[in-house]
Amino acid sequence: MSPNITQSWVLALVPEIGLVILLAAVLLYDRLVKPEERRRVGLLTAWGAFAILVTTLGLWLATGEPNNATDIGTSLMWGGMIRFDLIALVFHVIFLVALMLTALLSLDVEHLQKGEYYALLITAAIGFSLMGASADLIMLYVALETASISSYILAGFATKDPRSSEAGMKYFIYGAFATGVMLYGMSLLYGLTGQTNLYILGSIFGGFQQIPTEVNAVVILSAVMIMVGFGFKISAVPFHFWTPDVYEGSPTPFTGYVSTASKAAGFAVFLRVFTTGVLGEPSDASMWWAMLIAITVITMTLGNFVAIFQKNFKRLLAYSSIAQAGYALIGLVTLSPDGSSATMYYLLMYIFTNIAAFGVITIVSNRIGSDELEDFSGLSRRSPYLALVMMFALLSLSGIPPTAGFFGKFFLFRSAVNAGLWWLALLGILNAFVALYYYLSAVKYMYLYRSENEDDPIPVSRGAKVGLAFSLFFIFYLGIFAGPIFEWTRTAADAFFVLAR
Amino acid sequence: MEFPFLSIIVLSPLVAAAIILLMPKERGENARMLALATMILGLILSLYVYVAYNQNLPPAGTRWADTLMFLEEHAWVPSIGVNYILGVDGLSATLVLLTSIVGLGGVMISWGITERPREFMAFFMLLVAGVQGVFAAVDGFLLFFFYELAVLPMYIMIVIWGWKERREYASMKLTLYLLIGSFISFIAFLVLYFQLPEYSTATAPTFDLRIWSEANFPFAIQQVWFLPLFLGFAVLAGIWPLHNWSPDGHVAAPTAVSMIHAGVLMKLGAYASMRVGIQILPEGTVYWMPFIIFLTLINVVYGSFVAMRQRDMKYLIGYSSVSHMGLVSMGFAALNAKGFLGSGIQMVSHGVMTALFFSVVGMIYDRAHTRNMDDLDGMGKPLPWLVVPFIIGGLVGMGMPGLSGFLAEFPIFLGVWQGGSLNLSGAVFGLNPANYYPIIAIISALGIIITAAYILRAVGKVFFGEYQGEKWHDMRPLFALDKVALIMFSVILIVIGVFPAVIAPIVQSGMAPVVDRITDAQHAVTFLDTVQTAATTLFSWFGGA
Repeated sequence: MSPNITQSWVLALVPEIGLVILLAAVLLYDRLVKPEERRRVGLLTAWGAFAILVTTLGLWLATGEPNNATDIGTSLMWGGMIRFDLIALVFHVIFLVALMLTALLSLDVEHLQKGEYYALLITAAIGFSLMGASADLIMLYVALETASISSYILAGFATKDPRSSEAGMKYFIYGAFATGVMLYGMSLLYGLTGQTNLYILGSIFGGFQQIPTEVNAVVILSAVMIMVGFGFKISAVPFHFWTPDVYEGSPTPFTGYVSTASKAAGFAVFLRVFTTGVLGEPSDASMWWAMLIAITVITMTLGNFVAIFQKNFKRLLAYSSIAQAGYALIGLVTLSPDGSSATMYYLLMYIFTNIAAFGVITIVSNRIGSDELEDFSGLSRRSPYLALVMMFALLSLSGIPPTAGFFGKFFLFRSAVNAGLWWLALLGILNAFVALYYYLSAVKYMYLYRSENEDDPIPVSRGAKVGLAFSLFFIFYLGIFAGPIFEWTRTAADAFFVLAR
Repeated sequence: MEFPFLSIIVLSPLVAAAIILLMPKERGENARMLALATMILGLILSLYVYVAYNQNLPPAGTRWADTLMFLEEHAWVPSIGVNYILGVDGLSATLVLLTSIVGLGGVMISWGITERPREFMAFFMLLVAGVQGVFAAVDGFLLFFFYELAVLPMYIMIVIWGWKERREYASMKLTLYLLIGSFISFIAFLVLYFQLPEYSTATAPTFDLRIWSEANFPFAIQQVWFLPLFLGFAVLAGIWPLHNWSPDGHVAAPTAVSMIHAGVLMKLGAYASMRVGIQILPEGTVYWMPFIIFLTLINVVYGSFVAMRQRDMKYLIGYSSVSHMGLVSMGFAALNAKGFLGSGIQMVSHGVMTALFFSVVGMIYDRAHTRNMDDLDGMGKPLPWLVVPFIIGGLVGMGMPGLSGFLAEFPIFLGVWQGGSLNLSGAVFGLNPANYYPIIAIISALGIIITAAYILRAVGKVFFGEYQGEKWHDMRPLFALDKVALIMFSVILIVIGVFPAVIAPIVQSGMAPVVDRITDAQHAVTFLDTVQTAATTLFSWFGGA
């Protein structure tokens, strides 16, 4: 690796550099703007995120970088800390879109109209972006902590609501513990090899025909510990206990953010670490693979079955998001380019779907001051368009065409069958029907049950309308014209397997 | 490029649905007009497709891929072999036309709907688009895509506009039954998809059914995966014992939805289970059908008996649908050309017949607010327009010669009678298909007598007898559109019966490639052989001779 900073090195960091500039701008603007026009801070964040998104994609199209070069040496940058590949690009798009939509949907929530809120959202986005690109255990850890610490504060941001403080505290304690365990697992790997770069680690362990038994025990131990940290991020069972409380207590737009961007970032590192062969070949002999499959099955099943009994919309979506993580894990456990691309596609569609759902909850609960399912009764008469967006978001979560979720699930189940795990696909499908039951029950509240204040429409600001319309558009776009996007993630996924056996 | 007939037929309702949903709330009137216009456009185009197909029918012995007309092909997700391919063969051209007819009838019947007409029409359009899409799809994935698309609007329409007492239960039951069934088929389909490349000429994996329709899977695979593939879809065709969702769904649904549901949607199940199940896995078909025919026999007989017990008119028709759809599956199980021809015609005939029945019942219910036959008397007096169509429908149900039902049921019984001619070897306890198929034909033909009994009783009970004018305060005359729909349905039933030539050749041409596949199937081993082997093994285990 040459020490000269080339054009690609800068290109690799464009989103992060943009976000840092945006962060400074937001903090500065927050001081300058009149108190009654605080809303504009949020608009600045949204526009800024959009501009960075356009720049990133534009530079990609203009320079052709990142491309799918299989040479690891040229794609590792900044001293091997990050890797500039299509995977990073896919995840940058995911995080920037999430940031933009979250900012748009936070606009009208009064207690969130503060510069600090948006600044923290941006900081978290920087952390997520670096997680998506990191190729080194140290970078990975630093990025993960950047994202996590901002998230802990955001979860407790509604200081007047005791539930929010509880959420922040709970998130912090669980998070600190989980990342601590993960760090210990990483240090074991370092102790074995003296290396921290994922690709060097990958080639070391990939080089073994059979990892020696005494080493293997340590590797498995470290795999399990790393799984704890990542599993916490994606709220996989049994590291999911924080999820419902944090989702319920946090400010709703942030819940949307944490359930999509944070989860996607968790999957980014999960995929990166587990598919580069850092922990050796997956096979029936490697115990961590069996464990991963067990986690997948339990995550989707438990999430869905507990969600059935929820009476609070945010808690329902919290458990549903646990289950969704389970589906996305199906792509991971196949440990194939096919599966990884399916997972990435799923995360992409999940951004639009879940943020739309939480956006509707934000708007409604901002008006009626409650997010119980019962209080959504008669929503279709009160605000037909909000109900429509919510319905399509829920249908997308359950995987019904022509919404994005259908293709998302199809790609996942297809990759599972391809990997010979057809029983896993079958379990996934049966789970999808359990999920359909409670999603449809939620639809029933909005469309069937009546309430007294049906003539009192819920006002939606222009910013929120744009956010919801954008999400809805992509829910359908990804559900109908899935081809190009899937090809894109499919090409990107090859970059995971550069050390391909 | 040719004019995209099928794309317009399939996609115009989708566009209409989107426009209707975006209309302002107050514009219920425009929503109805737009829906009606879309349906009329669809009817004209599908009539053209039908006539054009009818005029140059492919000669017998043509491969399925060559019988398709109006093909449209576009790449969708090419790297995994998913493409947007539409096309029709003889059967699907007929079913597309049927869907257009019933869809148009459905819009006409729902003209007077007052509760949220905008959303009603939008979801109805979505439903029609999904159904048309399944019939026109030549790509396996596309078929599933539209299939799921068709099921979901059912849920929403039943739950919002359905019968208050049962709607939540029935809609959830229906949705879960149908979606689970279809996804189980889908898994089987995916498993086959990854086995396909080695056995076909295609280089890349593909969902193109034209290639699938000539694939020769090894017998072991066919044996295992036929059952999930076939039964998953047959759930929608109401096969016993998975028929349970159907009567509840029919009863809870609003009239137009019942019509589409019983009239077209159940055919979707039969069509898909034939197109995907039987056509792809002919040896699996030969293996399982001698067993499945028992299920269809239960359908026919049990359905009629349960229908006889019903007091609620919608339940009566719901169970009669179970019984009549059993005949469709039984035609498949006959495994010969006559049976399949009968099944194809039965799909159309039953489609129009139930649409007619449900519209009549819907019209009575709108006015009398009850469907209980014990309460209804002499309805022929205030609503004379309903009597003749209902009787025509009833006669079709009984298979009266001169009407479409005879044309459908007679070949099925004939086909089943001859079904043993495939020369299958199974002989458990002397049960060779050649021996018991005729008995099944006889028993199921007797089921028709029961049909006659309950239909005639319903006619007598509801339309004749003393009319008590003071009891029915809401008794208003029919709308003009209602009458148009009734006449349309009745005329179709009579025309098919009197001039079989309008439908029999085209359906036969659609069924011929499937029948050829079965005839060519090599393995004459059936489920019964396996049972016999297992029984012998078990017997010897216990130390038998």
